[in-house]
Amino acid sequence: MRAEARIVAEADGRGGTRLRVLRGESPLLLRRTGPRAGGAVTVHLVGGAAGPLGGDDLRLDVEVGPAARLTVRSVAAQLALPGRAGAPPSRLEIRAAVAADATLRWLPEPLIAAAGCRHRAGTRVEVAAGGRLLWRDDLVCGRHDEPSGDVRADVTIRYAGSTLHRHELAVGPGAPGWSGAAVLGGGRAVGALVLAGPGWPEPALLGGDAALMPLAGPGLLASAVGRDIRQVRAALDPLCAAPGE
Amino acid sequence: MSLATLLVLADGRLPAGGHAHSGGLEAAVAAGRVRDVGDLGGFLRGRLHTTGLVSAAFAAGACARTGDFRDLDRGLDARTPSPALRRASRAQGRALLRAGRAMWSLPELGREPHHPVALGALAAAAGLGPREAAVAAAHGTVSGPAGAAVRLLGLDPYAVHALLARLAPEIDRIAADAAARTDDPVDDLPAAGAPLLDLGAELHATWEVRLFAS
Repeated sequence: MRAEARIVAEADGRGGTRLRVLRGESPLLLRRTGPRAGGAVTVHLVGGAAGPLGGDDLRLDVEVGPAARLTVRSVAAQLALPGRAGAPPSRLEIRAAVAADATLRWLPEPLIAAAGCRHRAGTRVEVAAGGRLLWRDDLVCGRHDEPSGDVRADVTIRYAGSTLHRHELAVGPGAPGWSGAAVLGGGRAVGALVLAGPGWPEPALLGGDAALMPLAGPGLLASAVGRDIRQVRAALDPLCAAPGE
Repeated sequence: MSLATLLVLADGRLPAGGHAHSGGLEAAVAAGRVRDVGDLGGFLRGRLHTTGLVSAAFAAGACARTGDFRDLDRGLDARTPSPALRRASRAQGRALLRAGRAMWSLPELGREPHHPVALGALAAAAGLGPREAAVAAAHGTVSGPAGAAVRLLGLDPYAVHALLARLAPEIDRIAADAAARTDDPVDDLPAAGAPLLDLGAELHATWEVRLFAS
């Protein structure tokens, strides 16, 4: 299954945000949610089909114009599943651009790597100087009591024309040493939250296997590893709360 | 290319301060995640395919692209979210430069480049190629913590070296891949991360008493 979706948010000229484009197709369906009042707009990804399944090729483009504020969430976890025999890996490519004085908050539910899946996730975000980005990615390695499938996630976050954060994480039988003590240490859930731009909390140890770390450039990374997704949420959710939510 | 020169560069006895760093092993031992040779094998394999892969690619790049040190150095910054690990890498880079200047004629690299960048520059100055630089870098990411494991846990040194011998073919493959990608844009070079190495390094940096610097 091939699908493309696109969100373009822009300032409405009255201190708020409007959606100039909100277009999706199954399984990448988009719905505007939440109150119309207030300066920010929330869009939910609502899964139009199970998956991604092996062979799926999905792409999402997000654009947040100057001074606009957009939050993207999803109604349920993505469940990466194996496809028919011989299918290529499933792919989800996300491209996002955040303009000056704009804010994008990307807060989806976790990706679950079901046994036998082969999934590739690629994310590339460009944030202009003065823009703000909050980008969350949680991964659960296998459903309850099953081995993890193969997931490879590749993230590039650029800020003001320079690369702020580059990270790849590979889990599953195709990733040597992924469950060893250097990578996830037997943990079944891992979360990352990139905070780019000005005005974020101070770096801190977050308890357990979690920390909020200052990047070399203008931003921070909160990283958490847990036995299950609850431990990751306990560490990262408090950093994702927004005023007025 | 001189094989003997590669041995000089990759020798653990090179006076470049490598013995002061455990490659994250001290934190993993304290967290109870590495207790025996089996755990150490998993730690080393994961470290090789994350930190080792990245170090090999950037050492090869620094060896092949002697004018691009700054871009490569920034590329490592972007791949190292833990400030404790950025400090450890730069401290080891500085120590390696000091040793390297006594051995070969080095270009200007700044005071404190990341360790893989310094290693690649030393390799080039010594007349070695990107593949040799990558072998030395990848091997160093596992031989350091392997030595630290013997000191921290009193593990059987024969069994520990057997782990390194088993990883050698993987090191060769990683180095060959790294040498084939030296023309790639810095953003496209490997960026494999190891969350527990980052988190362990941050916790380790807060300890008042520790055997290793990182």
